[in-house]
Amino acid sequence: MTTFPLERIRADFPILQEKIRNKPLVYLDNAASCQKPNAVIDSISHFYRHDYANIHRGVHTLSVRATDKFESARAKVREFINAASTKEIIFVRGATEAVNLIAQTFGKANIKAGDEIVITAMEHHSNIVPWQMLCQETGAVLKVAPMNVQGELIYPEFEALLNTKTKLVAVVHMSNALGTINPVKKMIAAAHSKNISVMLDGAQAIPHVSVDVQDLDCDFYVFSGHKLYGPSGIGVMYGKKALLEAMPPYQGGGDMIKTVSFEKSTYAGLPHKFEAGTPSIADVVGLGAAIDYLNEIGMANIAAYEAELLAYATQQAKQIKGLMIIGEAEDKGAILSFVLDKIHPHDIGTMLDSLGIAIRAGHHCAMPVMDFYGVPATARASFAMYNTKQEIDVLMDGIKSLIKVFG
Amino acid sequence: MFEDLRDLYQEVIFDHNRNPRNFRVMADADRQVEGFNPLCGDRLTLFLKMDGDKITDASFQGSGCAISTASVSLMTEIIKGKTETEADALFKTFHEMTTGKDEHINLEAVGKLAVLAGVREYPARVKCATLAWHTLDAALKNQHQAVSTE
Repeated sequence: MTTFPLERIRADFPILQEKIRNKPLVYLDNAASCQKPNAVIDSISHFYRHDYANIHRGVHTLSVRATDKFESARAKVREFINAASTKEIIFVRGATEAVNLIAQTFGKANIKAGDEIVITAMEHHSNIVPWQMLCQETGAVLKVAPMNVQGELIYPEFEALLNTKTKLVAVVHMSNALGTINPVKKMIAAAHSKNISVMLDGAQAIPHVSVDVQDLDCDFYVFSGHKLYGPSGIGVMYGKKALLEAMPPYQGGGDMIKTVSFEKSTYAGLPHKFEAGTPSIADVVGLGAAIDYLNEIGMANIAAYEAELLAYATQQAKQIKGLMIIGEAEDKGAILSFVLDKIHPHDIGTMLDSLGIAIRAGHHCAMPVMDFYGVPATARASFAMYNTKQEIDVLMDGIKSLIKVFG
Repeated sequence: MFEDLRDLYQEVIFDHNRNPRNFRVMADADRQVEGFNPLCGDRLTLFLKMDGDKITDASFQGSGCAISTASVSLMTEIIKGKTETEADALFKTFHEMTTGKDEHINLEAVGKLAVLAGVREYPARVKCATLAWHTLDAALKNQHQAVSTE
């Protein structure tokens, strides 16, 4: 591997020059949201300055130009996750909206009373609540595949849950609270062998793992732009064409129709059928710029560098007496969730903030994971490609100092 | 190393976090209310012993951050011997001190509780300090359902 261009990458993210409480920012809250490179910021600004108009249907030059940019971002997303067709790339507000979309369309059309939906014990609330709502509406049953104390899925128990009543497996690709990367390819094959569709929540995995939806053979893959160094408020739902075509639309409105009369409307083809209303056009363009930027660095290079960071942070953390790492899966992304003996995560968060270090303290929208470990919350440092080993040293020094202060 | 935080984490707070006062279940409590902050998982149960409208004993159980533990610990100390009206007045002063705009609040009125005044500069932590008092407020109103900050 060629040397990772860390200095160049850091220079590309202007916010990393910010001082927080008079200290250099150490941004370790990437699992909540990543910072944005100039390439993304500038693309949005350029788009508003030079190319902006509403997309589709416009005959004037700017509308055509804006549509081209918008649709070329869709093509970039298709290539990035290796979908078979741009018709399979639906723009939504984020992973959460994508899960809700699938629950309300595919779910309502295919899941009935007595049917089962299988999730795992490590889901984010956004991959629990939409299914609970669907179960309440339909009388379907939510089944939860358990995990072990390392935070790994207990695979045989997952497999044992799959039966003729199971209509959907909705599972997190990489856990935001633990870092665990699930054996999704194997899980998908097991589900498909029983004719069960699979949705992957890729919100956390997408910036860390190369995703190939055709190789995975997942039926749906959802993610948010803001965790991929792109803008907030934009996300992607990938779905296999045949499934998307069979699904009813999600929201009604402009852009998703072919014809409208007061008696009856007919719907547009894919992908527009699921994109009612004017979307966040500039943010789609920004997401495309984020993908260009990542491709330039290479997802494999990023993954290798982040693995180094995680290994270093884990090794350093284990030297600290009274620190317990939450989530030690063998296959794990760049997330270090931990608790300190007798020091609440919110105190850790405030104390580290005073040193310029941004971590997250709380339940990480995964209250069942907290219950499993018997903790109210954890502190979580999550790494991105622009983080450095020196920053990890600053974090560890901070943790050691606050342990002393709490005595 | 944590000079900037001296206003928030005063020694009194560390002390009460390490050795919370009145940290016990009160089997014969006249009032018992639970307080919960779902955002950070802080949980406490407040117990009051009453003699007419006078609080003769106060204790708590639960777990939380240093700010919330110190806040409830200090509160149980200060409300003992107070009437319901006096405790309610303290609640209002404390609330004003931690959330209000008026910086010239009479800190003498709140005694030791003044160590929590620094929390007003940390909006993300205000609820840690006020959870105990909202739980007390519910107990004074004789409400029995759990109190949530959200």
